[in-house]
Amino acid sequence: MKLNLKVWRQKNGQAKGGFETHQVVADEHMSFLEMLDVLNQDLIIGGKEPLAFEHDCREGICGACSMVINGRPHGPNKGTTACQLHMRSFKDGDTIHIEPFRAASFPVIRDLVVDRSAFDRIIESGGYVSVNTGQAQDANAIPVEKNQAGESFDAATCIGCGACVAACPNASAMLFVSAKVSHLALLPQGQVEHENRVQSMVTQMDKEGFGACSNTYACEAECPKEISIENIARLNRSYLGASLSSK
Amino acid sequence: MILEGKVPPGALDEKWTKYRSTMPLVAPNNKRRIEIIVVGTGLAGASAAATLGELGYKVKCFTFHDSPRRAHSIAAQGGINAAKNYQNDGDSVYRLFYDTIKGGDYRSREGNVHRLAEASREIIDQCVAQGVPFAREYGGLLANRSFGGVQVSRTFYARGQTGQQLLLGAYQALERQISLGSVTMYNRHEMLDLVTIDGKARGIIARNLLTGKLERHAAHSVVMATGGYGNVYYLSTNAMGCNVSAGWRAVKRGALMANPCYTQIHPTCIPVSGEYQSKLTLMSESLRNDGRVWVPKKKEDVERIREGKLSPVDIAEEDRDYYLERRYPAFGNLVPRDVASRAAKKATDDGFGVNKTGLAVYLDFEAAFERYGKSEAHSSGVHNPDAATVRKMGQKVVEAKYGNLFEMYEKITGENPYETPMKIYPAVHYTMGGIWVDYNLETNIPGLFALGELNFSDHGANRLGASALMQGLADGYFVIPYTIGSFLSKEIRTPAISTDDPAFAAAEEDTRNRIDQLLAVQGKQTVDQFHRRLGLIMWEYCGMSRNATGLQEGRKQIQELRAEFYQDVRVPGSTMEFNPELEKALRVADFMELGEMMMEDALNREESCGGHFREEYQSAEGEAKRNDEDFTYVSAWEWKDGDDSVLHKEPLVFENVELKTRSYK
Repeated sequence: MKLNLKVWRQKNGQAKGGFETHQVVADEHMSFLEMLDVLNQDLIIGGKEPLAFEHDCREGICGACSMVINGRPHGPNKGTTACQLHMRSFKDGDTIHIEPFRAASFPVIRDLVVDRSAFDRIIESGGYVSVNTGQAQDANAIPVEKNQAGESFDAATCIGCGACVAACPNASAMLFVSAKVSHLALLPQGQVEHENRVQSMVTQMDKEGFGACSNTYACEAECPKEISIENIARLNRSYLGASLSSK
Repeated sequence: MILEGKVPPGALDEKWTKYRSTMPLVAPNNKRRIEIIVVGTGLAGASAAATLGELGYKVKCFTFHDSPRRAHSIAAQGGINAAKNYQNDGDSVYRLFYDTIKGGDYRSREGNVHRLAEASREIIDQCVAQGVPFAREYGGLLANRSFGGVQVSRTFYARGQTGQQLLLGAYQALERQISLGSVTMYNRHEMLDLVTIDGKARGIIARNLLTGKLERHAAHSVVMATGGYGNVYYLSTNAMGCNVSAGWRAVKRGALMANPCYTQIHPTCIPVSGEYQSKLTLMSESLRNDGRVWVPKKKEDVERIREGKLSPVDIAEEDRDYYLERRYPAFGNLVPRDVASRAAKKATDDGFGVNKTGLAVYLDFEAAFERYGKSEAHSSGVHNPDAATVRKMGQKVVEAKYGNLFEMYEKITGENPYETPMKIYPAVHYTMGGIWVDYNLETNIPGLFALGELNFSDHGANRLGASALMQGLADGYFVIPYTIGSFLSKEIRTPAISTDDPAFAAAEEDTRNRIDQLLAVQGKQTVDQFHRRLGLIMWEYCGMSRNATGLQEGRKQIQELRAEFYQDVRVPGSTMEFNPELEKALRVADFMELGEMMMEDALNREESCGGHFREEYQSAEGEAKRNDEDFTYVSAWEWKDGDDSVLHKEPLVFENVELKTRSYK
């Protein structure tokens, strides 16, 4: 299949970016990133700069890939990261627009590569259970109801890719933050620090410049792990509760 | 060089407890002054950095990723073993120890493996306390499943994403230490050289991947946890960025590489679909709990399947060869990985491969749909259900267990595995070999430690499923925090190491020269083209089966490829910028040297054991033939530039386990 690519090129965070047009011949069994590999091989052989894009595991779990494909973070398929998207989802002759995740809190580093270290700083602000190595009791001393554990797991599957931010018109990180808060809040182990965690993670999120949530549900629609918007509701309740009860 | 494993004396089950209780400590006031560099943030690196930070050391932690959470431990699917015996099925620390020694084909150190089995229990406790959402039973207690090579149920799991959940636990512990100021994190920094002063590891040269600047970082000790070298084959289940470079730089500075030829070829991966393929995807071993592996018995069925004229579901039961169940009745589909992979190779070598390339076998869940469906129907009060209802109910149960894997399979292949059996084929997955370490996880360079997949010590010649996560976390949470004291307790009078030492300047200069050399070539072939060619040579001559002639040929071809690389590689861009192609070029250069050493090691080891299968050494039925008389040792290789590597041997002493022919029949 022959494809027309309109790819975003930007030398660095300060430079002005723009779309560049390239033709690529791809196979329908290729993954989207393998198609970009083909493009890059052509560019290098032709003496040009290859397109920079972030990727690593290529099986949808590391959260490294961060591109907007035809206006949608990670492309057209539901619950699918860019690396798991295959070219059989496109047609011969298609024109495909590829851009970086766009948000003020995710500054562009080059082309499709953005800086998502804000997410690390949010986790750093409280996205953990404070337990040092060696302090734990026997694992089965903490029973967790099966469905509750399942719900916690569903929130914990967040891969930290930032598609929720890229999808949101306000570039809000509420889905990311609420997924971590929910993961821990739904387990007895996470209860002790729950209120402090909610407050400090939200404070850090605001400090990083992410926008507010206005319930557009775009994050849930684009999340490659299909993390539920219910987590945001849970976060809001917890945040309100914590604010009212805080000392 | 005499290699001392330093396994403490005494009874097997008392060694670690006694050693841990009597080893020298570093007092809290001294810990505050002592600096440790940790390279890598996978399970081993993140858990080590977090725990060392908790203990009060000054830790600097490095990853080439944009965040510690991206390390490839994240992709581990199936689970983590622990000798908890929660299932009351006869498990114990000794049994986990024994299974691991046997699974490793009697090529690992008894003392290390027993310690690993002991630590396994504490790991589960620690992870649960951190909030890892393991699978639960209805009563709220932890659930288990089985993995290959064992007859108990000791694997803890979080659906098919156990590695992700464990890594997030370690990552969060690490982020907590970063917030407390005990760990300083350096994201997007790649270690490009090890700095030794007076023979001791005292720092690293790291390249800031955003600016290209070479930075000097000094510490009293360096802990490396940078993973395995499976990407030497180009195609593997590893992430694209996985590489050997940090470890290889240590080897070039004198560290020994142990058993590099022990590579694990995982039996259940999605087959290669075309030449453009950039990586292979694993289908978790846990699937073999419920999936049955088969190929057609008749060649004409194979032909018609390849032509697309016959569907596997239409092949009658009696015309299928469930070859694992036939050959290994005691373990059936749950034989260890090396055995399952070789059996798949034999089936396809004999012409029974079921896809166009002839390199695939079936993994079939029909029997599981029926079994689970019947029990589900029974428990939900449906009497005399028809076959379709049973199948549907069974599929629901399978979906709850492996849903994400089935989904992943469909995304990649475009085929629905609920309707037609999965097609699978072996692929490079894990490397048992690695940097040589003693019982303290210290390399032969004092002050340099190697953890996790990077070291060689626990899995022998073959790793059992769900043991990699266990080892990574054991090393990081429960071993290195103690054993690093053996070195650091002697360093309490050493002031902060200065980066002005001439050793730093020299290492930085070396690194700069290597980069400049690669950028100066400006040839006609891309780095990926070389990497693919290297991978093909490795797979052809040092893959699932090896022989002397092939290994010699392979070594020659790598030498030629390496020469060509330095004359014709094209690395675009410059050094003082974000340049992923340059990063790759440096890694591929190291892979080529490693590949050559792997060929040497495989050639030297004139026996078949675990993942290392030499065609010259097999029984009449094609089973591996070990040679305990001559090869019960660890091969530790010292790199010599432009010449043969020098082999050092560490004899393996078995005080508790009797060496037997490994049989899963």
